Amino acid sequence: MTPQEIVERALAGPVGAGRAVLVTQTSEAVLRWANSTMTTNGHTTAQDVAVVALEAVEGGTAVGVVSSGAPLRDTAAVDALVDAARRAARAAGPARDVAPLPEPTGDDPGWLDGAVETSIGVFGGLVEGLAEVLDRPQRHYGFASHDLSTVWLGTSTGVRRRWVQPTGSIELNVKTPDLDGSAWTGRSTADFTDVDVVALAADATSRLDWGRRRVSLPAGRYETLLPPSAVSDFLLMLAWSMGGRPAQEGRSAFAGPDGPRIGERLTDRLLTLASDPAAPGLEYAPFVAALHSGDGVSVFDNGAPAQRVEWLRDGSVAELAYSRPEAAEFGTAFAPPGDNLLLTGGSAASMADMVAGTRRGLLLTCLWYIREVDPETLLLTGLTRDGVYLVENGEVVAEVDHNFRFNHSPLDIVRQATEVGATERTLPREWKDWFTRVAMPPMRVPELNMSSVSPSR
Amino acid sequence: MADRTDSERIDPAFRALPLAQLADAALGRARELGAEHADVRVERIVAQSVELRDAGVTDVVDSSTEGLAVRVLVAGTWGFASLVELTPERAAAAAERAVGVARVLAPLARERVDRAAEPVYAGVEWCSDYAVDPLTVPTGDKVALLADRSRCLLAAPGVDHVEAGLAVVRENKFYADVAGTSTLQQRVRTAPSLTATAVDRDGGGFETMSSLAPPAARGFEYLTGTGWDWDGELARLPEWLAEKAAAPSVEPGRYDLVIDPSNLWLTIHESVGHATEYDRAIGYEAAYAGTSFATPDLLGTLRYGSPLMHVTGDRTVPHGLATIGYDDDGVATGAWDLVRDGILVGYQLDRTFAPRLGLDRSNGCAFADSPHRVPLQRMANVSLQPDGAVDRSTDDLIAGVDDGIYVVGDRSWSIDMQRANFQFTGQRFFRIRGGRLAGQLRDVAYQALTTEFWGSLDGLGGPSTWRLFGAMNCGKAQPGQSAAVGHGCPSALFRQVNVLNTRAEGL
Repeated sequence: MTPQEIVERALAGPVGAGRAVLVTQTSEAVLRWANSTMTTNGHTTAQDVAVVALEAVEGGTAVGVVSSGAPLRDTAAVDALVDAARRAARAAGPARDVAPLPEPTGDDPGWLDGAVETSIGVFGGLVEGLAEVLDRPQRHYGFASHDLSTVWLGTSTGVRRRWVQPTGSIELNVKTPDLDGSAWTGRSTADFTDVDVVALAADATSRLDWGRRRVSLPAGRYETLLPPSAVSDFLLMLAWSMGGRPAQEGRSAFAGPDGPRIGERLTDRLLTLASDPAAPGLEYAPFVAALHSGDGVSVFDNGAPAQRVEWLRDGSVAELAYSRPEAAEFGTAFAPPGDNLLLTGGSAASMADMVAGTRRGLLLTCLWYIREVDPETLLLTGLTRDGVYLVENGEVVAEVDHNFRFNHSPLDIVRQATEVGATERTLPREWKDWFTRVAMPPMRVPELNMSSVSPSR
Repeated sequence: MADRTDSERIDPAFRALPLAQLADAALGRARELGAEHADVRVERIVAQSVELRDAGVTDVVDSSTEGLAVRVLVAGTWGFASLVELTPERAAAAAERAVGVARVLAPLARERVDRAAEPVYAGVEWCSDYAVDPLTVPTGDKVALLADRSRCLLAAPGVDHVEAGLAVVRENKFYADVAGTSTLQQRVRTAPSLTATAVDRDGGGFETMSSLAPPAARGFEYLTGTGWDWDGELARLPEWLAEKAAAPSVEPGRYDLVIDPSNLWLTIHESVGHATEYDRAIGYEAAYAGTSFATPDLLGTLRYGSPLMHVTGDRTVPHGLATIGYDDDGVATGAWDLVRDGILVGYQLDRTFAPRLGLDRSNGCAFADSPHRVPLQRMANVSLQPDGAVDRSTDDLIAGVDDGIYVVGDRSWSIDMQRANFQFTGQRFFRIRGGRLAGQLRDVAYQALTTEFWGSLDGLGGPSTWRLFGAMNCGKAQPGQSAAVGHGCPSALFRQVNVLNTRAEGL
């Protein structure tokens, strides 16, 4: 059965209190290399069909979500999935957060189109360059991934939407032959036509040269230059903590004595942190497709138009995430979490410009193993990774011969930044498995708390 | 468990799939195309997640993943392909695609894969140890149970919100390879969660207290009293929460720590479990999960910790989340030492990496988290053994501390990419003064280097304190894979560990 046939069959006949059907076809090609040789490579395809069934039950509306990764060969298989979802809803009993399913907002001209698939061939140009890179004297490690997911969403209110989401990324970790020095670079891409692996490897390799002079530094608070990747890892944690309900209920860093801290100024810099489905090159589905409900997210929002949401605007807390049921409950506006994150409002300065303007400080490469320590202050811990450099009088003068564990809140990163540079597309080292579409500036933080020394390199 | 019982319990719907025909088609085609090794996995993973907020349902999701994977070695290079259609024709197509991947990548391979030998196990079956398959329990019963416990907590003074959840999984794996091994297995996992929150509207703060019940390779009986004292814990959670919310903030410095198994398991996971993964130790995870300070040149000589430290790897302990009969390389699982008398003596291996260490057999750690992922070396149940000579209680250990902290439950965790510098928080921190508990503390984190920490191990609880904990979601590899893993340990005493005040860290 085609995805469209599955959707129409699952929506045929009585639909209880409402129904949404999502068919997702995914194809993924991956290359992985370590110790300058290929390791695990593959090409996978998968389909997932999910039925969100709404049923009127005593006490309200119940919802059941049933998804299957098995092929649906005939209408009986679709009917069985629908029945399972209806039974699940009735068994679950009334749901806490309920709203009418959204009405359609127009026709989707791509609705009848098929899936778009990737293949191992997407790496054609990359393989050629990689062969050259792997023959170099350094030790090379890395991963390239290309994923094409096509989703078809239909609802009992008449929504019919299709979206093809490309997600690609490449990371290179280059080490000196004795494994004593290490550098990293990575970027996201939609189709790999814009990836020059030889240039990326050259960039990482050039930073290994900074390790010719090594220094040891004690734990402490340092002026620190955060590159866009590190900024993105901090600010994703900030964005993911901006749920409206926890703030309303007093159990969030964004909870204040009189309610959510909307309007609170974090910085005089006119920084805006936003998610925008139409951001050029970083687009995501222009409609909500949700398979579960939680803070800020609801299966009752399936088909609602996605929209630009500004979490911080001109340096102040502007919006928190609310699903439509939550927005109704708290008397505020629908603000769906997005699948990209953009921080804008800095200067035109590049990282190189910011290094040139530094009297003494640390230049980081990326961050790793970031976890929340205190939800009340949003204190995070984590580590620097693959290159910490000492900058003196406008130049990188040495590599620090160890890493640091930091303890710092992303709220304080925004509050304390003394310089914010030009926004560029980057790859979050820590969170890229879940989130690749980010554009961030480099930032200068005057006293980042490097809580202890990690001897690891 | 007797084979007959195992066989009877394996899901008949999975057994009814044309497993032998799929294997014949895939392996036959791979052979025809010149693969020197091929294996095929057919998997079905059925899962359910139920979540409640303040005793009302927020989310019930049922999901199933099904598919077929073919892995081949062609000219010493791996190729892998998976798809969802379970027909012999598509199985053969997956084999062709896997061989194609290997041939495209062969020019980039600088090493030839060589695998350890393993006896052939033809037609073996295995099922994990549980009483009630959690996927067979009506959803309404699960909701009712969680709602009842939520209401019980909400009725207690000082509890403003309760989040309750349950995740259950049934995993079926069929494996066959060109050597003649074929295995059919089933296991279940059950992961309950329960968190109470107290909000101080006047003071502007909030505090939480979570159940310590770990995920376990048990059935639904785990929710109703087998393996966990729910009634006892629920009765005390509100008072623990209230005490914590009013507790003084810790004075940072060095303290003797008595660490409960509910916290220590995660420290073992991060500082020993991952550090003794051989593929990491020789660089195969260097760009992602990281490497290890415990490199193979130190095997047999590295002083990991005090002589009290005896850490084992196993995939056999009952109810262990990594426990299984045969791994995804077709290797019969077992148990072995990783750290003995405080010295590094072993690693976790699969068939690809065992020969690299000079061993002629894998210890059975290959695992793929779905039919759409490649098997890798994944973590066994890595466990600290108790003092076998003296059965000291946790109270005995506390009695040996004049000025310290008793750490209970896990919460925040982070460790560096070579598994040296770590920082952990917990659910409850009790001040120890003069060998007795003296109320809770807030804002505590302990931070150390792995060998320094394990070197400070100065007392072990006995077998009566040993408890099995674990995680459902240990991450590794690219594309990322999630594995369930168990860790058992006794209570243990560590001397003069660095304790931070997490509020002061953020100032």
